[in-house]
Amino acid sequence: MSTHGPIATHRTATGIPTGRLAVWWLLASEIFIFGGLIMCFLLFKFNNAPGFEDASMTSTAAGAFNTFVLLTSSLTIVLAHAASERGDTSASFRYIWFTIGGGLVFMLVKTYEYSTKILLGHTLTDNIFWSFYYTATGLHALHVFGGMVIMAIISFDVRKNYNLQRVELIGIYWHFVDIIWIFLFPILYIANF
Amino acid sequence: MVQQVETISHETEAHGTHHEMSFWEKYILSVDHKIIGLQYLFTGLFMAAIGGYFAYAFRMQLAFPGAEVPLFGYVDPAKFNMLVTNHGTIMIFWVAMPVLIAAFGNWMIPLMIGCDDMVFPRLNRLSYQIFLASALVLILSFFVEGGGFGGAWTSYPPLSAAAEYNLTNWGASLWLLAVALEIVAFLLGGINFITTTMNARAPGMGMMDIPIVIWMIDIAVILFMASVGPLIAGAVMLFFDQRLGTSFFLPSGGGDPLLWEHLFWFFGHPEVYVVLLPTMGIVAEIITVFSRKKLFGYRTILYTAFGTGGLSFIVWAHHQFVAGIDPRMANVFVVTTILISIPIAEMLFSYIATLYGGSIEFTTPMLWALSFLVSFLIGGVTGIYLGASALDVYFHDSYFVIAHFHYTFFPITIIGMFAAMTFWFPKMFGRMMDETLNKIHFWGTFIPFNGLFLPLFLVGMAGQHRRISDFTQYPDLASPDLQGIRIFATVSLLIMLLFQFVFIYNFFNSMFKGKKALMNPWRATTLEWTIPSPPPHGNFAEMPTVYRGPYEYSVPGHDEDYWPQHIPPKSNV
Amino acid sequence: MNEYLDLGLITSFVPAASSFAGDIDFLFDMITIIVGFWFIITLATLFYFIMRFRRREGVKAMYISGEKHSEKVWTHYPHYGVIAFDVVLIGFVIVVWVNVKQTLPANEDTIRAIGQQWSWSFVHTGKDGKLDTDDDVNTVNDLHVIKDKTYHFELQSRDVLHNFAIPAFRLRQDIIPGRTIKGWFKPTESGTFDLQCAEICGRGHSMMFAAITVHPDRQSYDGTMDAIRAGTYESHFELKRQLGPVPLPFTVSKKESTSPYAIELAKSF
Repeated sequence: MSTHGPIATHRTATGIPTGRLAVWWLLASEIFIFGGLIMCFLLFKFNNAPGFEDASMTSTAAGAFNTFVLLTSSLTIVLAHAASERGDTSASFRYIWFTIGGGLVFMLVKTYEYSTKILLGHTLTDNIFWSFYYTATGLHALHVFGGMVIMAIISFDVRKNYNLQRVELIGIYWHFVDIIWIFLFPILYIANF
Repeated sequence: MVQQVETISHETEAHGTHHEMSFWEKYILSVDHKIIGLQYLFTGLFMAAIGGYFAYAFRMQLAFPGAEVPLFGYVDPAKFNMLVTNHGTIMIFWVAMPVLIAAFGNWMIPLMIGCDDMVFPRLNRLSYQIFLASALVLILSFFVEGGGFGGAWTSYPPLSAAAEYNLTNWGASLWLLAVALEIVAFLLGGINFITTTMNARAPGMGMMDIPIVIWMIDIAVILFMASVGPLIAGAVMLFFDQRLGTSFFLPSGGGDPLLWEHLFWFFGHPEVYVVLLPTMGIVAEIITVFSRKKLFGYRTILYTAFGTGGLSFIVWAHHQFVAGIDPRMANVFVVTTILISIPIAEMLFSYIATLYGGSIEFTTPMLWALSFLVSFLIGGVTGIYLGASALDVYFHDSYFVIAHFHYTFFPITIIGMFAAMTFWFPKMFGRMMDETLNKIHFWGTFIPFNGLFLPLFLVGMAGQHRRISDFTQYPDLASPDLQGIRIFATVSLLIMLLFQFVFIYNFFNSMFKGKKALMNPWRATTLEWTIPSPPPHGNFAEMPTVYRGPYEYSVPGHDEDYWPQHIPPKSNV
Repeated sequence: MNEYLDLGLITSFVPAASSFAGDIDFLFDMITIIVGFWFIITLATLFYFIMRFRRREGVKAMYISGEKHSEKVWTHYPHYGVIAFDVVLIGFVIVVWVNVKQTLPANEDTIRAIGQQWSWSFVHTGKDGKLDTDDDVNTVNDLHVIKDKTYHFELQSRDVLHNFAIPAFRLRQDIIPGRTIKGWFKPTESGTFDLQCAEICGRGHSMMFAAITVHPDRQSYDGTMDAIRAGTYESHFELKRQLGPVPLPFTVSKKESTSPYAIELAKSF
């Protein structure tokens, strides 16, 4: 296997770097997936399916805290990107790990939420609202976790002054993860408050 | 052109020497788009054999109900359902998409736009590996307890959502998992296609100089990406219903079966254009080359392709006219469905106009391309019957639907596949196929194809419904005339299947013993014909520059009847 | 509507036995003429071009980009023609659809069909004309109605999706578990016709055959209902299946009804 990438990787007839194009394309497809899921949720809700009054039982405080955590982590990844742009790899490395830390806090809060709800009997199969709650937040959490793993890998490259352009790309992805949460939070936590 | 990587260091090392690659590295783990294209092609052809075998088995049951099918065994009602379900699923997801989009897209995109590979070769390899896994999962589903899934390729709940209804507990979930993996594979593959086409074009190749097949494949990839998202959400929900006891689609738990139908068909309708557009592109390439004529109305064809793609998102409920949707909604979908025939008609008219004033040579690729136009015309006009909601009240879930979609899908998948293979075989393998055998195969496929599906319109008119294993049980459908039609159709299929061995022989024999092919045996203008057959690793020794569009044939004042894209303009033209 | 146009295309395979069957057959005939016209013209043009513009020694192909207006009109005008025909078509289709699926004319009786894996149950109203009363008559696989009476139907499912389909009426309607779906029909020919399940519902989908018997008058119908209540009913559905295949309409002259099937069934009324 040859050890260099093809010339095609480095060309850009449009002026947009290929990595960035790829990430936007990926996000577009993810938007359709989450959009579809959220739309199904709304269809059930507005057709008065049973169980949707349970939205009052989700902990708005936990949800709000998580929103704050994710937004902050979006800030730190932007700072990481800015640092990598000016070549400050150690600062970039640190900010990436703050972002990962934010993701970790998010996951811990979610774990706490899930366990308290399950102990109260609100499992995945309790009613359609809870089925959606776990499916949507679960899918989202998987994306958070995936993002954390990729960020970790990128951070080690960055520390070696390698592939710095990828900080921006994972940043774009992380903003998307954040935005999905911004949509999930009101429909799962604020509605029926 | 901006080379973004100037200021930021990255992973590429200096162009070192290539070490000798083992068989494993060169063919199995390759990141070369040409090898990956072949992997998709051969996997797709293998799956086509399975899909065809299933069709053989169920058509034998239909013609001779209750008889033991040679080389298969008895087809009881459960097996019958499994056969028709997986025939449809395989043909769409594991034949049409991998062959038309992944195999020929992988091969032709870098070659036609003048670059050395896809932009993300390792992602390309990963896409194939996930695709292969999906095929293996599907095949596995046939061997688990309970057998393969039998709820039709549309997989409507509650049947598909609960093992107590479908009686194929693991078969249903493995089927769903296989489809999900295939979708992921193509979403990943699409990343490569779009970014490569947009960014890696040779200098001088503007958007309107791209061969139309590349545009068509890219539009198909966009349509796929935009339509499949909600279905993925639905598939997760269905999987949870099957395995975890949720009730997204089960009315007993507050769920709604109709929701799945909407999610499925919101994808399902654009999907047919996802597979149609690449074949339209392939046919365009062939008819321009073999009529020595510029494509008529390149821009028009491009805009109608976009128009068709956009409209395809608002027609989906014509699959649900009698499904229990609000009848008033049906009227909207009648309008949009009938209207979508218009851009397609425009495209077909443009293709026919391309033939006007041409110098037509009836090579095998051209025969396939022309037969596509004839067959797809039948498929298209019979769609009008079904888009008429009131008539669909009679034809829903009848053989008229089957005949219609085979007159669209078969030309798209099978004719398109043979057109592309016979056309690009010299480039891919460096040898020519035997033209006589090719022509025998063509007629031996095209005529029986019509013998198989044309009569099915008639049984559809008789009210014969779908997914039934034995019509002799229904007195109104058991008449000897109708059974005679069924037998005639099955015999046509048998003849068609036998002729495929001609192609298999020709394909493999020519690959090793065919006459060596020139670089440009068809005297075509696009960039893939400017490099050796087969192309070396890296494709182009020097990056080409493009000076004109891809269809400059029979240009007045020119000696040659074709003017390749990469030839610099002469001052004395 | 088929007083305007009746090519008899579908009726050569299936009798038209409901009040809207004629309209639906008319749509089929009309669409056949419209698309047939475009199909023949397009195919003829295609074949003419292929023959006329075959490669000939010394004759070069023309160079036409299709971007000039004078060239584009050749595809644009047919294009506008297609649109015009489409608009006409849509008009007719909506009129028939509104009649068949969007309206519920006043009914003279009601029947309920319950689909399940893998048989049909039917509920007839009995003498009081109302469902869900004590004198309802329940049958399995045998549905009975009276000619020229307007019926409402209520469709229910006990498990998965099914579809209530009567080809002779040109009727199909999906059945969704968890709800009752309503519709209507008015039989116009007497006889016993196939009733199908037209939505795959599992392993026994192929075996969900049933029959609808349209009685020529009230006496015949009442006679059957009485026999059912008394337990002496001989199933029309079973009789039909025993008699075997029904010849297609186009193979039997409309005037003669001497097939064993027709004679037997006439006796059973």
